[in-house]
Amino acid sequence: MAKKARAINASAQAASAGTLTAPGGTGIVPAPGHAAPPVPVGDEETFAIIEPGHTYGSISQKISEIILHGNLWTGWLVGLAMTVSLLLLMLTALSMVILQGVGMWGINIPVGWGFDIISFVWWIGIGHAGTLISAILLLFHQNWRTSINRFAEAMTIFAVMCAGMYPLLHLGRHQYAYWMFPVPNTMQLWPQFRSPLIWDVFAVSTYFTVSATFWYVGLIPDLATLRDRATNRFAKIIYGVFALGWRGSAKHWHRYTAIYLLLAAISTPLVLSVHSVISFDFSVGIVPGWHSTIFPPYFVAGAIFAGFAFVLILAIPMRALCNLRDVITMKHLENCGKVMLATGMVVFYGYLMELFMGYFSRNTYEQYMTTNRMVGPYGPSYWALFFCNGFAPQILWFRKMRTNIPCLFIVSLIVSVGMFLERFVIIVVSLHRDYLPAAWGMYYPTFWDWAQFIGSIGLFSTLFLLFVRVLPSISMAEVRELVHHEGHTAGAGEVAYEEAETSGDGQTTGSNLKPRPAQA
Amino acid sequence: MQERKHQTSEDRGSKMEDRRAGTDEIQLTVKNGKISLDSLMGGATQASASAGGALHVPAKKPAQPSAPGSSGFVPLTSITHRPASTVNFDAIRERLAKMQGKQYWRSIEELADAPAFQEYVSREFPRQAPASWQALDRRDFLKLMGASLALAGLAGCAYQPAEQIIPYVEQPEQLIPGKPLFYASAMTLGGYAQGILTESQMGRPVKIEGNPDHPAVKGRTDVWMQATLYSLYDPDRSQNTLEQGVVSTWDSFVGMLTVPGDNGKSFLDTLHATGGAGLRILTETVTSPTLADQLTRLLAAFPAAKWHQYEPVNYDGARAGSRMAFGVDVDPIYHFDKAKRIVSLDSNFLLDLPGHVRYAADYISGRKVNKSSTEADLNRLYVVESTTTITGMMADHRLPMKASQVEGFARALAGQLGVAGVNGQTIPAAQSWLAPLVKDLQAHHGACLIVPGEFQPPIVHALAHAMNQALGAVGTTVDYVTPVAARPEEQTTSLSSLISDIKAGTVKTLLILGGNPVHNTPADLNLGDALVGAGGDPKKNPNRPLTIHLGTHYDETAALSDWHIPEAHTLEAWGDARAYDGTVSIIQPLVRPLYEEVRTPYEVLSAFLGEGSRPSYDIVRGYWESRHSPAPANAPLAAQQAAASAFDKYWQKVLHDGVMPNTAARPATVTVKANFAAAAAPVPAADNGWEVVFRPDHGVWDGRYANNGWLQELPRPLTNVSWDGVAIISPASAEQIGVANEHLIEVAHNGKKVSAPVWIMPGQPDGSVTLQLGFGRTRAGKIGTDTGSYNAYQVRTSKAPWFDAIDKPATTGERYWLATTQHHHAIDTGTPKELDNTYERGLIQHTTITEFMKGHYGAEEGEEEKNPNLFPNEWPSDTQNPAPGEHIEPKHEGPNARLPITSAQVGGKDVRGNNEHSLAKYPEQVPLYGEYQWGMAIDIHSCIGCNACILGCQSENNIPVVGKTEVARGREMHWLRVDTYYQGSLENPATYFQPRPCMHCEKAPCELVCPVEATSHSAEGINEQTYNRCIGTKYCSNNCPYKVRRFNFLQYSDQETPQIKLMKNPDVTVRSRGVMEKCTYCIQRVSEARIQAEKEERPIRDGEIVTACAQACPTDAIVFGNINDPNSRVSKLKVQPHNYGMLTELNTKPRTTYLARVFNPNPDIPSEGAKEHKGAETAAPASSQNLDARRKEIG
Repeated sequence: MAKKARAINASAQAASAGTLTAPGGTGIVPAPGHAAPPVPVGDEETFAIIEPGHTYGSISQKISEIILHGNLWTGWLVGLAMTVSLLLLMLTALSMVILQGVGMWGINIPVGWGFDIISFVWWIGIGHAGTLISAILLLFHQNWRTSINRFAEAMTIFAVMCAGMYPLLHLGRHQYAYWMFPVPNTMQLWPQFRSPLIWDVFAVSTYFTVSATFWYVGLIPDLATLRDRATNRFAKIIYGVFALGWRGSAKHWHRYTAIYLLLAAISTPLVLSVHSVISFDFSVGIVPGWHSTIFPPYFVAGAIFAGFAFVLILAIPMRALCNLRDVITMKHLENCGKVMLATGMVVFYGYLMELFMGYFSRNTYEQYMTTNRMVGPYGPSYWALFFCNGFAPQILWFRKMRTNIPCLFIVSLIVSVGMFLERFVIIVVSLHRDYLPAAWGMYYPTFWDWAQFIGSIGLFSTLFLLFVRVLPSISMAEVRELVHHEGHTAGAGEVAYEEAETSGDGQTTGSNLKPRPAQA
Repeated sequence: MQERKHQTSEDRGSKMEDRRAGTDEIQLTVKNGKISLDSLMGGATQASASAGGALHVPAKKPAQPSAPGSSGFVPLTSITHRPASTVNFDAIRERLAKMQGKQYWRSIEELADAPAFQEYVSREFPRQAPASWQALDRRDFLKLMGASLALAGLAGCAYQPAEQIIPYVEQPEQLIPGKPLFYASAMTLGGYAQGILTESQMGRPVKIEGNPDHPAVKGRTDVWMQATLYSLYDPDRSQNTLEQGVVSTWDSFVGMLTVPGDNGKSFLDTLHATGGAGLRILTETVTSPTLADQLTRLLAAFPAAKWHQYEPVNYDGARAGSRMAFGVDVDPIYHFDKAKRIVSLDSNFLLDLPGHVRYAADYISGRKVNKSSTEADLNRLYVVESTTTITGMMADHRLPMKASQVEGFARALAGQLGVAGVNGQTIPAAQSWLAPLVKDLQAHHGACLIVPGEFQPPIVHALAHAMNQALGAVGTTVDYVTPVAARPEEQTTSLSSLISDIKAGTVKTLLILGGNPVHNTPADLNLGDALVGAGGDPKKNPNRPLTIHLGTHYDETAALSDWHIPEAHTLEAWGDARAYDGTVSIIQPLVRPLYEEVRTPYEVLSAFLGEGSRPSYDIVRGYWESRHSPAPANAPLAAQQAAASAFDKYWQKVLHDGVMPNTAARPATVTVKANFAAAAAPVPAADNGWEVVFRPDHGVWDGRYANNGWLQELPRPLTNVSWDGVAIISPASAEQIGVANEHLIEVAHNGKKVSAPVWIMPGQPDGSVTLQLGFGRTRAGKIGTDTGSYNAYQVRTSKAPWFDAIDKPATTGERYWLATTQHHHAIDTGTPKELDNTYERGLIQHTTITEFMKGHYGAEEGEEEKNPNLFPNEWPSDTQNPAPGEHIEPKHEGPNARLPITSAQVGGKDVRGNNEHSLAKYPEQVPLYGEYQWGMAIDIHSCIGCNACILGCQSENNIPVVGKTEVARGREMHWLRVDTYYQGSLENPATYFQPRPCMHCEKAPCELVCPVEATSHSAEGINEQTYNRCIGTKYCSNNCPYKVRRFNFLQYSDQETPQIKLMKNPDVTVRSRGVMEKCTYCIQRVSEARIQAEKEERPIRDGEIVTACAQACPTDAIVFGNINDPNSRVSKLKVQPHNYGMLTELNTKPRTTYLARVFNPNPDIPSEGAKEHKGAETAAPASSQNLDARRKEIG
């Protein structure tokens, strides 16, 4: 990583030496930019939700530092260059498909959907973890979510953006995509509401809207902090505009809390509904391998499974590179691992149940479909799927492995591949041999299929890198609250209470207010 | 067709006498590119002051000064309406090189149209004739063709299509925009006429049907008839007369013949002086009486001249066979409808014989099945064959056998049937067959038919004639007639003498009328080799005659010819031809020639006869008028006028009907010579060796249709391979060579070899390789050039044109990918057979007639157990079902009207009962309301797998050609496909054909999932696709269990090429990229009939609407109609006990249903597995055919 990051790290460690004896510290927190906050970071990973020793100030300092006072790190630039290259690849592929037609892809009759819909479902699935973390875990008072919810939500939004591209792109006639929306028009024709694709339109667009709103609302206090701490006038104005005049008054907090909870409540059913609706695309169809009642729960579990894997894939490098090991602790990683294990078991159950039902149904076509998955031309993909999603996560039963970062990272990667394979098996392998043997065919992705998919990873990564650079990837306000909460439980809360800070321009900011009491 | 009256060209006006004077015709002529081509060629750019006098062309380069007085800019004086300008040919050339864009071409068009310029070219060009032989290489040729194509497109690139430029000052009689007219005409394949009825829309032929009055087709078609439309509009057709490869004109050609040269004598004068010595005319098989008359006159005028006929797919064996048996030339005419027992000795009479369309219809009419059919109602077909043909697949008993062994079998059979002088050989493979076969045949004395293989040696034909005589078939199931061909001869012998004459240098002028002999002559008698000479350079070949070629394309032969004259297509020229039974049809043009330069053989011969440029119409009509009892020349004027008037009426009728009455060939009374077989010594059948078999391809035939996109893309019967020829071998042979599908093997014969991709066919005799003729063209056009994996003519010899012994083919170790429309890669799966339960799907149902009579209609016993209804009883049973046999009149009955077929019962049993395992569980059918409910029944018992329906559909519905790559990707667009399923052993399986259009499900899975309601159910039950509403999600296709939907993945439909645009059926939307499409039950025809019926205030009659596929079908296997009318043909089929729906357990309620196949096996012959029906099995998918071989390959 960049020099700057190492410098922060070093100064943080240096500073931490002086505060080790007095957790929470009594000293005045140095003005921003002058010295690093007293953050106790050791080589040992911690299982606390947040590393002890943080104060409100240190949190604000640490997180806003990444954005406000980091220069353009070389590593970030290199990363951005790479992701933008991939993004350009995607734009090329996208232009090609729009100019020449979806025939550039490997799809055909009988396999009418290929990487387009696989990628769509894959990205949508990834998005689910973010909403689950920010909404469901909030409602369930899982405090540990606080450190990871912001970037997980960002992940959701970017993943939904990547996903949303595909349903538009996979159309034969892109220019008429708007016909899927109930737009009043001179044709006096409405969408056909019996089609699951229409349900998709509503599900995904609702999901994106709610997620984006939820994310933005959660950002408001942090945007105000950034406004207050920014030294660059341009940044001040931008953050100021988006902070919507947040002053941190009790009234603000009151309303903020209410709306935040409300949005969490709205988001919660979406976690379950969106992927259920996506699964209807298949289960409403009569294709053997699609037409199955287990799909909604199995898809939702798969989505959460994939999403948590992706959270880990993002969190593990990020906490190392941005020196956030004290905020995103081993506790978070382990919890993600546990969720993966649990949802992975549900998914695995789904696979086994499909197998069982294939035979139990005594339906010729289901039976053949199951056989074909195992020993047909795409057989290896099925077994790879079993390995990736069925067997590989079982290693997380062991705490030692669950807390082993390289192991977690690798398992997460395997699971992400596995989830792609799962959709491949469901979509392509089911379609390529359905009812009429005379109509069977094969599907081979072309260069443009791969370019579009890999390019969409570029789009995601570019957005994510930009997000990390301009917005707090960890919610300062909520982590400060967490510090308060943890302080209570650790007996350090009162210290935090006494702390006060005045920002450079003397304005009262959210960061020097007394933390609100932890939510009951 | 009842409602579609057909007209004659003459109905449209009287000015057709001169086709170039037909001003009432719609101007369709695509602008001839000759003028601008000149500028391309650079040959005519040197202008002189006297050239035209009006238009000045500046010198090309200062270094090449033009004639004196031409320098500087001379104002145009004669063309006053144009601005004075000059033409810069350099600039044109430059721009031509970058040719694109509309405006650019419009400016050239103006140039090209300038009359002064045309005059300049026509006057100037003869003097510009190139001095020496110039062979164009392929590149130059393509450039030329490209340029000519582009120029041909001028009309299309203009803002208005050409046909609208000439306004209707007076609307032609009968021509109403939007109303099609039908004209009877004929087309030929191998010289024999097949009557067509061409639909003409605004002067454009857009669809070809069979002429119901024509004896060879009886209103049905084959693939070549359907596809001839594409050949008419083929953009690569030759458009210019070429001399030494350089653009010339017809007038120049005639001038070459008639204008005296330096010695004061013209070409024809010189020829007359020598009695035509050195003149050779090479034609394909000639049945045209007019052409034969011209040739006779020509040979009389030039006694030393010779006429040769050669056609690669000829019937020399039959010719020699009849001479061997009878001592005279006769043609057998078969009557399959009268035959109860048929034996085919390697004959593919359903596809390869002249008259095959009629034969197919007759054959199937002799075995149609209905609920009261008994064994006596069905004929029985035994086939012995050397390769897999559709005839063999229709057989009740089929015996694969090497081609060389068929003679032995024929001798054995003849011996046992008591043909004198034939020693019965022992055929081990057929031992179990012979005795029961002989018994069966003798039991049906007088109703048997032995059909010798058209590609078998003469002795087999002679034996067949003798057997037919012995079985009392002559006069009932077979008639002998005087030969239909104008001059019957053994064509290979004829060709042989021509080639040796050329090599000897005695041929001075070679006139090739049609055909492409340089490509399709045998390797040892190759015309190309003879023309090129030993030195390898045609220019230096001293024996090279002056070669004049009339052909539709600038092909291999044209490239080696001194003169190439573009030949008119059969739809744009006058002519005549005789059908397989001798009936004469007049070929009348449907459209003015698309290119002005095209000529017919009649016109070329006329020029040689010294008659100048006489139009074909005059020649053909003149010939028939002279034959039609003309009044003597010295008769009074009134008598002459009366005769002329009588002929006019007669001529009108002939043109209208499409057939000339009473012109069938005269029956010949012949008897088989005693001891005829002694002449031919029995050929010892090599049992262990390998042999190669040559067959015409069932798409491109002998190569003549190589540039026909429809035929190239057509999945070939049985193999379903498109775009390529394959080497067909049996699974065991593949194992022996160690190859799988698509591996290349080398077939060596006569010192030459070709590499051909393997296609493993169950049922092919072991040790036999079948190659198809017609591929590997080097100059065919954009579609045909270098298409197809190999050129079989390279290893075909004149001595053994159809089969010969070869060494075991070796694998080259390479792979050649093939595009197939079925089981694309399924053969590569290696799925263990025991896990593959696709056998249980019940897609094909079949039984035997004896089982059928017992009430077993083809469904597998216990199928219901295995494959239970997926959606068990949803609804309470309907107690209001009518009583058994009771019909409710559906008309105006209100919502309670029920479809009778759903409740009617047959023989006390549910009509669907035994074989309709799932729908029986739906006691209540969806009631069908309204007057019309459309449905279709497809009789797989009658389907011979000829694929005519596919092309009928393609032609009617503007279905694009997508190319080999796209077919290989599984993106072919055919709305209708004919699936092939096998059952039984790999060595000799039963084969089933199943045409698969849209099922028009009552509960269509596609309709539910479309997000924009682009596919919906019409009130008359048709599953409709609204193209302009479709956004292309492809969900409907994914959800279609029958996979009958086709998607425009790319811009497949050619909306640029002007000729292809003219070909489109205006009644059907041309689909663009990104739109789903599928079978519509030809809804445009439904609408047309409905409008007509409403105008006449009557209901639509049964049979008034015929879908394109049903119309094309030679065997009536497809029937369409109103299923709400219990008396309609389709309803009557749907209540047959062997009617079944495909995948009905999905509750899709398909409106297209199938009728099971019913075999009529000989109980005394041990079953080959397939026809052993005890309740019958369902067929295996073709995909599993090669699993064994494949598994071995995988290891």
